[in-house]
Parts: sequence; C-alpha cells; structure tokens
Amino acid sequence: MNESLGHIFVDSFLINNFVLCVCLGMCSFLGLSAKFSTAWRMGVSVMFVITVSGILSYGMNIVLVMLHAEYLRLIVYIVIIAATVQLTEMFIKKNSPALFRELGVYLPLITTNCAVLAVPLFQTARNYNFVQSTVFALSASGGYCMAMCLLALVRERTELSDVPSLARGTALTLVLASVLSMAFMGFAGMGGGG
Amino acid sequence: MSTTTTPPNPFLNGLWRQNPTFVQILGMCPTLAITNSVRNAIAMGLATAFVLVISNGLIAAIRKHVPKQVRIATYIAIIATAVTVTDYLVKAISIPVYKALGPFIPLIVANCLVLERAEAFAAKKPVIPSMMDGAGMGLGFAFGLTCLGTVREVLGAGTFLSVPLFGPNFEPWVLFLLPPGGFISLAIWLLVFASFRERKQRKLQAGLTEIQPAEVRS
Repeated sequence: MNESLGHIFVDSFLINNFVLCVCLGMCSFLGLSAKFSTAWRMGVSVMFVITVSGILSYGMNIVLVMLHAEYLRLIVYIVIIAATVQLTEMFIKKNSPALFRELGVYLPLITTNCAVLAVPLFQTARNYNFVQSTVFALSASGGYCMAMCLLALVRERTELSDVPSLARGTALTLVLASVLSMAFMGFAGMGGGG
Repeated sequence: MSTTTTPPNPFLNGLWRQNPTFVQILGMCPTLAITNSVRNAIAMGLATAFVLVISNGLIAAIRKHVPKQVRIATYIAIIATAVTVTDYLVKAISIPVYKALGPFIPLIVANCLVLERAEAFAAKKPVIPSMMDGAGMGLGFAFGLTCLGTVREVLGAGTFLSVPLFGPNFEPWVLFLLPPGGFISLAIWLLVFASFRERKQRKLQAGLTEIQPAEVRS
C-alpha cells in the first residue's frame, strides 16, 4: 500500500479519529476528561508512549517476521507498551517530580489503553513502512489528545449547568461525546477517495 | 471496587449486580465500536468471556508464586496469551465474524475489564471461584453488548440478527450504526438502569419509613 504521508495524517487525525470515529481509548476518554489540565497532560503522555512504542514495535515486527514467529506479535507488542510506560514513568519521575505527582495514578493506566495497542496493530495490518508508521503514530495520538481536550473543555462548561440528577456523570458525558462524534462524522467526506 | 459484603455467588455477581457494562462502566471500547449488529455483539461478548475464564483461571493458579512488583506484567502476558488463542479460535470457527470484529479481538488485551478482574478477584481467590467470576463477568459483558447491539441494529438497519423487522418501507436510521449512535444508545441504557435503581431505592426508603414507627411503638 502506498498512501501519501499527508493522507495518512488527515485520515488518522480527523477522518478516522481514534477516539471519536473508531471508538478506541474509551476508558480514559470518559474517565479522565473531567478537568482540562488532567486531560491535556494525559493526552501528551499518551502521545509520547504511542510514538515510542509504535516505532519500537515496527522494529520488533521485522525481527518476528524474520524468525517466522508472527503468532507472538500480540504478546511482544503489549510487552513493548508496558516497558515504554515503565520507562516514561521513570523518566518523568527523575526529571520532573512535580509532574510525576500529578500524573502518577494515570501513568500505569496507559498500558491498558486500547488506543496505544491499536497503533502497532493497525500499522502492521496496513503494511506501513517506517516513515508512514511514525507519521501514523504521531497523528493518531495527536487526534487522541485533541479529542480528550475537546471533551474536557465541554465538560468543564457543563459543570455548573443544571442537569437532571439522573443524567449526571457518565450518561451526560456520553451524550456530549455523541455530539462531538457527530461533528467529526462531517470530516468523513474529506478523504477524497484516496 | 468497594463491595463491603461478599456475595455468595461470584457468577451472579458479575451477571447482574456488578454488571461490567451498566454498573462498572468498564471495557468501553468494544462496547461502543462492535455493537452495530447483534451478531457481532454476541460474538465479541463470548470471545471476551472466554478470555476472562482462561486468564482468571491461570492467574488464580499462579497467584502465590508471582512477586508483587511484576504482577501486572505477568497478568498482561497471560491475558495476551489467552487472547492470541481466542484470535486463532475465532478465525477457525467463522471467517465472516473474524472479519467483522477485525482488530478488536487482539484489542481484548487492552480491555480494562480483563485486567481489573485479574487484579480484583483472581489475584486473591482460588481457581474455581475465579473461573466462575470470569464466566459471570464475561456473560454480563455479553449481555450488555447484546442490549446495546439490539437497539443499534433495530433502529439503524431495521433488522434483528439480519432478519428484517419492519417491511420494505422502513427508512433505516443510519446514524445508529455510526459511533455517535453508540454513544447515545449507551447513554440511554445507562439512564434506564439509573432510573430503575432510583425507583428501587425510593421504594426501599418508603418501606423503611413505614417500618420505623412500628419499631418505635414496640
């Protein structure tokens, strides 16, 4: 497959936005988007983890294909992700203890974020080369970060409004997400058939 | 997870009282992405239930030999193995289902529900109750997915298990097959369950206030 880099970028950032159009990374999307500051930090650390683990799993996939051990792919990918998360945790702990204290609880959660695992799986399934994989990882995670921030901003707005007590919490968040996702459906025509 | 009273039956606990979809709100990615038809929803629910039973059983079996620091990594490796088995199993059973579920079978690894059950239940309990818990949670999850899939397929395509329901003049509400429909139908289900719970609570409270005067008199 020979997709242009621009197409990959627009496709994974907007048209097939991981969160709003493919429904990946839902747990953190619904759980951590109550405050903009948290959502933003979570988005950036997920971006970092996705990009690093995407590049590493591209390399590991070559090794696995060479060894004819494709059935180990899933296990190898998840181990890479767990290791990257651990590394990020150590890195942040050493360089900025203040940020670590704020993010501490959420960092281990990145391991079980489906968006992180989906990037290596998709790039393998679509036979992307190295540059394409990197662009894909960056733009997909950028899309995740953007969706997180958007929902967090909307939720901060609804904090003070008068909502029926039944609908408070997850139900309201889901309705907001539905409206956001409907807006993103509008990008569907932008692919230009590429 | 803050259940103060341990229910007698872990199987029923997962199926209803701690239903993963409607009560715990776990494992949202497949819940929203795969439920655009009842068939896919059931297949996904059963695959997840299968993974849960295997991984809970294995984790409970080795729970005393795993050092605390590396337990999450160990659990994830076990879950990934169970998912790989399921992936090949689904491929062997039905190719159309495998194609429809696509990348979401490997993504069961990253389903928070599986890891949560491993950490909250299988890491502390013996093998048989853990497998029961896995089966209950898995079937509860399948039940949740089927509820959602029914709404979305009936409204979005006018069919149930690909059997047309409304005759030829029905104009399908395609939005319900797309992600926004998933969000909104889950929101509606949550509201329905929340209103049930509130009504039950109100009845309970009404019952209590009726009993109290009698107690005072005696």
